[in-house]
Amino acid sequence: MSMSMNVIEASGLGKRYGGTWALRECSLAIPAGHVAALVGPNGAGKTTLLNLAVGLAAPSAGGVTVLGGLPAGSPEALDGIAFVAQDTPVYRNLSVADMLHLTRSLNRRFDQSYARARLNELGIPLKRKAGRLSGGQQAQLALTLALARRPRLLVLDEPVAMLDPVARHDFMATVLAAMVDDGVSVVLSSHVLAELERVADYLILLSRGRVQMAGEVDDLLAGHRILTGPAAEAGNFAERPVVHASRAEAQAHLLIRAAADDPVPPGWEAHPVSLEELVLAYLREPGAAALPGPAREPSKVTR
Amino acid sequence: MTIDKGDKLPAGGAGGSPAGAGEGTVPRRPASPIEFRLDAASGVPTYLQLVQQVEHALRLGYLKPGDQLPKVRDVVASLAINPNTVLKAYRDLEAKGLAAGRPGQGTFVQAGLSQVTLPELAGLRKSLLGWLAAADEAGLDENGMVALFTSALRDFHERRSGPRTRGGAAGDGTEGVA
Repeated sequence: MSMSMNVIEASGLGKRYGGTWALRECSLAIPAGHVAALVGPNGAGKTTLLNLAVGLAAPSAGGVTVLGGLPAGSPEALDGIAFVAQDTPVYRNLSVADMLHLTRSLNRRFDQSYARARLNELGIPLKRKAGRLSGGQQAQLALTLALARRPRLLVLDEPVAMLDPVARHDFMATVLAAMVDDGVSVVLSSHVLAELERVADYLILLSRGRVQMAGEVDDLLAGHRILTGPAAEAGNFAERPVVHASRAEAQAHLLIRAAADDPVPPGWEAHPVSLEELVLAYLREPGAAALPGPAREPSKVTR
Repeated sequence: MTIDKGDKLPAGGAGGSPAGAGEGTVPRRPASPIEFRLDAASGVPTYLQLVQQVEHALRLGYLKPGDQLPKVRDVVASLAINPNTVLKAYRDLEAKGLAAGRPGQGTFVQAGLSQVTLPELAGLRKSLLGWLAAADEAGLDENGMVALFTSALRDFHERRSGPRTRGGAAGDGTEGVA
């Protein structure tokens, strides 16, 4: 897989349900070789964007391609993508073996021996009804069925929201090991911010149906810092974009966009920002300017 | 960022089943002598925690030149962290000249940080413990010990690297402390 290709590329993408836009004028390019996290509040359009990318929904405006330009939903695209929907659904009354058989017959490509070996490794019995597995085992079953299709892109919608900490850790460890073993790229949506810093190295922040910020996590963190200083001088930062300000009577904390070598104003202290802090600040300021991601086209205004 | 295949054994390679031929002649390569852990509350970026743990292990003699660092896949699978983070840490160690990647095998320690042997280290540790006991006896608390050690270390460093014109211990004001 070419590392310079984009696994998902959207241009002016929009989806309307009735009179409501779930996603609007969305332009982004997610490069291969990353774990890209899609974050944003409920109703921001995360699931809509993922559904459009995997071909489960058709756009109302604009377009989306996957895996280096394949139209979303085309047979070639479907062959290269595996999708695990929210709550990792399994058919409760089917046995694990039946689920294997079903998935195999529904897909052109399915690595039966990989799936069996992994289930064995996980201690998931083939005869057990899927509904009688623990939450963590059901998630691992859904993930195993997805990975057995040998995808180049794995798309996960809120994969760990329902899992306990141990099951969450084991699930993500499986996903990340697949990245090393098979070179699979990962795009996932999540609102468990605290764990993102360890897992994701690319971030897309969606807010009110639009992309607010996108880029490599290292670049985003290096491009922001927290300044702490006297509240009376907090107004002097007009030339540096302030993303979020919290100020008390005497002291103010400003999250600003700044390069690492930008001088710190006298009387102020600079601190690096954590991913969680950064995401929270942008979520609290939905109007804050978006950062352009790499290879992103200028958004087309169609009005 | 891309995944460097150099730290990944090809499918069915030496990392797979050890049941291959030649068991008697080639001793099984031992796993890395160290294992990483993460402190989520430290605020230190994940890749930097890995770098610091390798440097720490080198200083204390847990790692020696020629030793293998944990395989990227093993670190990823045990800590559930992004493989690019591990690769970033290993690239950082390579840039410092401490580690080197061997294609198809993994990343190995290139140079030590400490030229001191383990028994020597143990001896130094023992005399340091003696110093700590004396400081405790004198009524110094832990923060005081750290402050005194740090300040003494700074003096030591200055004296060694600075111009040697001041001549001996005179004039740096440490005499009056005791």
